[in-house]
Amino acid sequence: MNGFVTVDGNEAAARVAHRLSEVIAIYPITPSTAMGEMSDAWSAAGQQNLWGDVPQVIEMQSEGGAAGALHGALTAGAMCTTFTASQGLLLMLPNMFKIAGELTPTVFHVAARTVATHALSIFGDHSDVMAVRSSGFAMLSSASVQEAQDLALIAHRATLEAGLPFLHFFDGFRTSHEVNKIVPLTDEVLRAMIPDSLVARHRSRALSPDRPTLRGSAQNPDVFFQGREASNLGYAAVPGVVSAAMDRFAELTGRRYRIFEYSGHPEADRVVVLMGSGAGAAQEAVEALNAKGERTGLLKVRLFRPFDMAALVEALPRSVKRIAVLDRTKEPGASGEPLFQDVVVALAGRQGAPSVIGGRYGLASKEFTPAMAAAVFAELGADSPRREFTVGIEDDVTHLSLDVDPNFSTEPADVVRAVFYGLGSDGTVGATRNTVKIIGERTGLFAQGYFVLDSKKSGSMTVSHLRFGPRPIGSTYLVQRAGFVGCHQFGFLEKVDVLERAADGATFLLNSPYAATEVWSRIPVEVQRAIMEKHLRFHVIDATRVARDAGLPGRVNTILQACFFALAGVLPQDDAIAAIKGAIQHTYAKRGQAVIDRNFAAVDLALAEMHEVTVPKVVTGELHIRRTVPAAAPDFVQRVTAEMIAGRGDLLPVSAMPAGGAYPVGTSQWERRDIAVELPQWDPSICIDCAKCTLVCPHAAIRMKVYSPDRLAAAPAGFQSKEWKSKEQPGMVMTIQVAPDDCNGCGTCADYCPAHSKSVAKHRSLDMTAANGNREQMRASWEFFKSLPEFDRTQVKVGTIKGSQMLQPLFEFSGACAGCGETPYLKLLTQMFGDRIMVANATGCSSIYGGNLPTTPWTANADGRGPAWANSLFEDNAEFGLGMRLALDSQAATARRLLAEMEPDLGADLVAAMLGADQSSETGIAEQRKRVVDLKARLAASTAPQAPRLAELADHLVRKSVWIVGGDGWAYDIGYGGLDHVLASGRNVKVLVLDTEVYSNTGGQASKATPRAAIAKFAAAGKRTAKKDLGLIASSYGNVYVAQIAMGADNAQAVKAFAEAEAHDGPSLIIAYSTCIAHGIEMSTGMSHMKEAVDSGYWPLYRFDPARGKAGEHPMVVDSKAPSIPLGEFAAKEGRYSLLARSKPELAQRLMTLAQSDVDERWHLYQQLSGVERHAPDDTVAEKDEAGGGSTVAEEELP
Amino acid sequence: MTADLRTTYMGMELATPLVAAASPLTGTIGGLLALEEAGASAVVLQSLFEEQIEHQEASVNSILDSFTDSFPEARNFFPGLDDYNTGPESYLGLIDAAKSRLQIPVIASLNGVSRGGWTRYAKQIEEAGADALELNIYFVAADARTTAADVESRYVELVRDVAAGISIPLAVKIGPYFSSLGNVARRLADAGAQGLVLFNRFLYPDISLNRMKVVPTLHLSSSEESLMSLRWIAILSGQVPVSFAASSGLQSANDVLKLLLAGADVTMMASALLRRGPGHLKQVIAGVTSWLDEHEYVSVKEMKGSLSQAASPDPSAFERANYMRSIVDFTVASPDPRHFYARRDPIPWD
Repeated sequence: MNGFVTVDGNEAAARVAHRLSEVIAIYPITPSTAMGEMSDAWSAAGQQNLWGDVPQVIEMQSEGGAAGALHGALTAGAMCTTFTASQGLLLMLPNMFKIAGELTPTVFHVAARTVATHALSIFGDHSDVMAVRSSGFAMLSSASVQEAQDLALIAHRATLEAGLPFLHFFDGFRTSHEVNKIVPLTDEVLRAMIPDSLVARHRSRALSPDRPTLRGSAQNPDVFFQGREASNLGYAAVPGVVSAAMDRFAELTGRRYRIFEYSGHPEADRVVVLMGSGAGAAQEAVEALNAKGERTGLLKVRLFRPFDMAALVEALPRSVKRIAVLDRTKEPGASGEPLFQDVVVALAGRQGAPSVIGGRYGLASKEFTPAMAAAVFAELGADSPRREFTVGIEDDVTHLSLDVDPNFSTEPADVVRAVFYGLGSDGTVGATRNTVKIIGERTGLFAQGYFVLDSKKSGSMTVSHLRFGPRPIGSTYLVQRAGFVGCHQFGFLEKVDVLERAADGATFLLNSPYAATEVWSRIPVEVQRAIMEKHLRFHVIDATRVARDAGLPGRVNTILQACFFALAGVLPQDDAIAAIKGAIQHTYAKRGQAVIDRNFAAVDLALAEMHEVTVPKVVTGELHIRRTVPAAAPDFVQRVTAEMIAGRGDLLPVSAMPAGGAYPVGTSQWERRDIAVELPQWDPSICIDCAKCTLVCPHAAIRMKVYSPDRLAAAPAGFQSKEWKSKEQPGMVMTIQVAPDDCNGCGTCADYCPAHSKSVAKHRSLDMTAANGNREQMRASWEFFKSLPEFDRTQVKVGTIKGSQMLQPLFEFSGACAGCGETPYLKLLTQMFGDRIMVANATGCSSIYGGNLPTTPWTANADGRGPAWANSLFEDNAEFGLGMRLALDSQAATARRLLAEMEPDLGADLVAAMLGADQSSETGIAEQRKRVVDLKARLAASTAPQAPRLAELADHLVRKSVWIVGGDGWAYDIGYGGLDHVLASGRNVKVLVLDTEVYSNTGGQASKATPRAAIAKFAAAGKRTAKKDLGLIASSYGNVYVAQIAMGADNAQAVKAFAEAEAHDGPSLIIAYSTCIAHGIEMSTGMSHMKEAVDSGYWPLYRFDPARGKAGEHPMVVDSKAPSIPLGEFAAKEGRYSLLARSKPELAQRLMTLAQSDVDERWHLYQQLSGVERHAPDDTVAEKDEAGGGSTVAEEELP
Repeated sequence: MTADLRTTYMGMELATPLVAAASPLTGTIGGLLALEEAGASAVVLQSLFEEQIEHQEASVNSILDSFTDSFPEARNFFPGLDDYNTGPESYLGLIDAAKSRLQIPVIASLNGVSRGGWTRYAKQIEEAGADALELNIYFVAADARTTAADVESRYVELVRDVAAGISIPLAVKIGPYFSSLGNVARRLADAGAQGLVLFNRFLYPDISLNRMKVVPTLHLSSSEESLMSLRWIAILSGQVPVSFAASSGLQSANDVLKLLLAGADVTMMASALLRRGPGHLKQVIAGVTSWLDEHEYVSVKEMKGSLSQAASPDPSAFERANYMRSIVDFTVASPDPRHFYARRDPIPWD
């Protein structure tokens, strides 16, 4: 240690917040999640706040809940904080008005993030904080990791002194996730900044029955207004309070901040005003321009609310003629963005005031570089600068964007810059983060690390950007010219331009299975050319082999880290090796000596195995960086999607983007990710036609088709098939085919395949084999397979395993984790009903793998029909889906009314057939679709006034269903109120809960679906309470169809549940057990593992069908058998249980005993419920009467 | 007059020759206290398996590493816990607890796989306060290229490494499957073993016909199994200057007496105690005492080894292959031949 710490922005802020709080109410949301997690972990470890107490950290059901809990805790006198971002901040807004209105001191720390508009984005800008600027919170902005810490403290001081709440924000990802070397704050400084007298003043205002007061009164027109104005003096004092706090802070630490801080030329003629991390890049531009003789300056805004106009004017140099205000947000239709407006107003009416222009930059973490800042200064220097502009994109529609000089660079020679390309699972990010820490904490150099991660959840690429230099590093943009490029995965060379950022003369380290003498001809020609043209020093190491030899298969991180240190020369080699080992010791200390030894061995082997390549003078070989998408891909995919896939999305102009955010479906098929190391190999000779492989495949990458044998005449060599043994479809053949470029190689199919060879037990009809063996043959087979016709839906039993698997999945090749337990359910849903469903998808894993660009898995069939998918928010998904239902019902009702009115024109037969159509089967739906074609033809010829309207709505005469999909975080927690309301509405919506029992997407935080005794974030000592029984609650309505399923345990029950849920004339709820990486299981065994979940009684299977009640039977049927193995046997195979059993054996045992009781008790209860007679009254009649008759198509068509 | 049951094992003076062998009973402090209460003169703790520790460490590491830093929204998927107890700490804790709660000697047991691991854990066990260490060496030479000499050297080197690293008494527990067991025993003694525990019982694979899977099995031992120990202790106790512990198959006072007569310094029980509970020891001690009294032995030391090969009037009886006697016996008894296949010990049938 050298008096510095190397941390990211989230940790920097949370370290202060945790020490200055008594109650911390939280809810996970990217990119602020880590602040809550760290606070929870610190409290769990007994770390005390400044007053010697351990802060209480409580996870709530939503950010709204967190804000409410906080409001209460503040009212009762506690020192409180919370952490949030984006939609989370918006959910806190109502309470924020209250907290501010009541003049309550608290600090909300926000990792500022884009608010979802035309699309969701997890990345950073100021649209969230700007959306709450009217709340009455003071707003303080940090622009760096050091500031995230320092201003956190200043905010906590100022809030107590001003008696007003503060929003302290810094840029999501750019600051929250940037690792930087900073000076930490000691408890002494904190104590000096937070005098007891201020704390006492806060406490004295607390509500107490010992001296009661009343808050939250309702006021009338007579006094509300005056009351609102009564706080004016308090707000007026805030800038002074903050300035004083900053002065006091400077006395204590030597670091001086100002509410508006000017830097640059003392007689600048042009000044840029901005807030947040962009200041780092702008600062570099100012210095570079001034060095060239220009007169430019930068005004950083720290205190945004209350906006001190006089202080702003005071901070500006008198010489300034023109100002550009940059806003990291967009207010469509406004006269300008918020900061711009404030600056304009501040200068308005002042003698000789400079002219002001406003621009937008950096939305959703769009890069903001010194070159872009220079472009803004150039615009300010133009004859007539644009009043409104954008920078960082190409706007070829409204032409607002500035041109940026690509050669403008401020990266100094004495800063080492390195980029590392890794795979999500290879440990590159962890090792490069360690590298930053090693250099930051063991040398005099300053260090910075920033990590770009792909949202795909399998086979994702990570790019680490590192800088080391003699001065604090404020370069708040990606490394542009790297002196070191590490490519940790050989396969990347063919897919991405890894040398794009390499500077001339840089060092290139490649993890290569080929030796230095052989590698040249094995790398693409484009890469060879870049190596020669940029004069790179080229080294290789077979780190994959070294890792395997060291007993760490796949973890190439420490090996390549050792090579980096050896080549970069930041530290003497021996020191570097010692430092790496120290870091290994620190990182893995809790995991045991064997793990440490293996990593040490890997480091020791590394240097001997690294070799320099003698770079030839000519390119060799035929290998090229491959085409991103096939030539057959549609135009949009070629023009837009392919560029995003290739990592050139930044270059796409505005005109390429669909305004409003509606995107074509079926794009994942063009990405061909080619990430499987092993592929399933089918042996038809022992296949038993069960179709379980295709059923359980999480990626729709293994398919079955049944077809006429005469098709085989055109099959390519090696294409496999076998006789299809079925009485229903005699004389057919079938093929199980793998899509080799789309398979993730998760192995679920092979693990689940029940067809064993009689003579060699380990051989199944599907075995995982090395992917490189026959990939080309498999590609040809896959192409041919795709050309085979899909089976006629009307000729199969959709509600059976085999029948469903004969149908085309309309959800394919998602970016879900390899072996995902959720996606097989979605795929099955689309096979069974995909051509007629609308999907409302809650935010979470399923909205990310389902809707994250560049490519998306929801697709359409050959007729162009398929699931229509949309994501609204996290909390409102049930309501969103219900709205879809209402719209469909209303349009269908109109269509039916018009149809009836037009009977004379259209013919009684057609009208009667259409109105009375039975659409409960595939055949019925197919026939109705034919009638719609007929109807449209007749309408085209009709002159009746209703004809155009009916033509528009005719498709609504075909049954459509609405599926509301989301995870347990949505259904059990944040969206529960809405879900409950929607189920209670009695409307015909179908709800599918993909229950992973944690918040999977944000990293495994506990939800109310988390079972007792399992660990999760916010339940590190094991969840103390039992899982909420959502199904039981829903079934209490009586008219809701409820099923609890686990596909891997009972395929047929799962398929049946989907069929019954769809058929039920009312709300349906399916709760689907979904294995997840957050369970700590071997994901290839996820499906077979579900059997143990059911056998232990952990996950009982049942169906509660109100229709059975109406038929005089018992509505509840328990489909699984009585528990046959103890819960512990199931739990021992899951990391979420076994880690606790390792860490705290006695506690784990106590909780496990209770959890076993939960299982026993629930089984007993379900047994009793399955004997209960229940007959919910048929309320559809009353509803129809109210709705004017026939409110839904389905209601009348389904008995 | 009651006979003196005291015996010496690797320099340790024990009240009786009845030691509790490593078993689940010796894996908990409750079990240990019960054994002491029932009269065990020493306890061998359940084995610390190096392989298991490494496996646990690797699996915890794998769970914690998987998917770490893979997605922008989550750095990892599990909360950090204080400790995963993958290492030998809980075992060392058991030694510590046993030493503070028990009066009798506590012998730790270590089952290792690597030279580094053996010596590291042996040292930690000594530091934790164990009175002695029993090395439980079990190596399946599954590679047909491995020679008998390779295997023997591996044993010898391991014992030498461990013996050099610790100063408490060291016993080695081995299996019977050596071409020349006596030579191996000598070499182990030369390498530093102060006691030999004969013999190991092993986990065997079985095939489940229902599940069509290979499953591990371990049956509790029976008296016949003690006869192999009897033979070898009788043969070796006069030739190799170490303490001998008889292990495997001892069920009753009679078995104990036979092994003592053959030359064992102590007898170790596990299966019988698992079957009947620690209290069984009391009956065994009573049986041994009454036999000694009946046969007018004043002490265990007096009778110990009195029927060893060196002391036996018919030394060749210990070397005789079974068939000579067996044919006679079995003609009378008409044994079911399956009985022999069910036994784990190799029968020198021809």
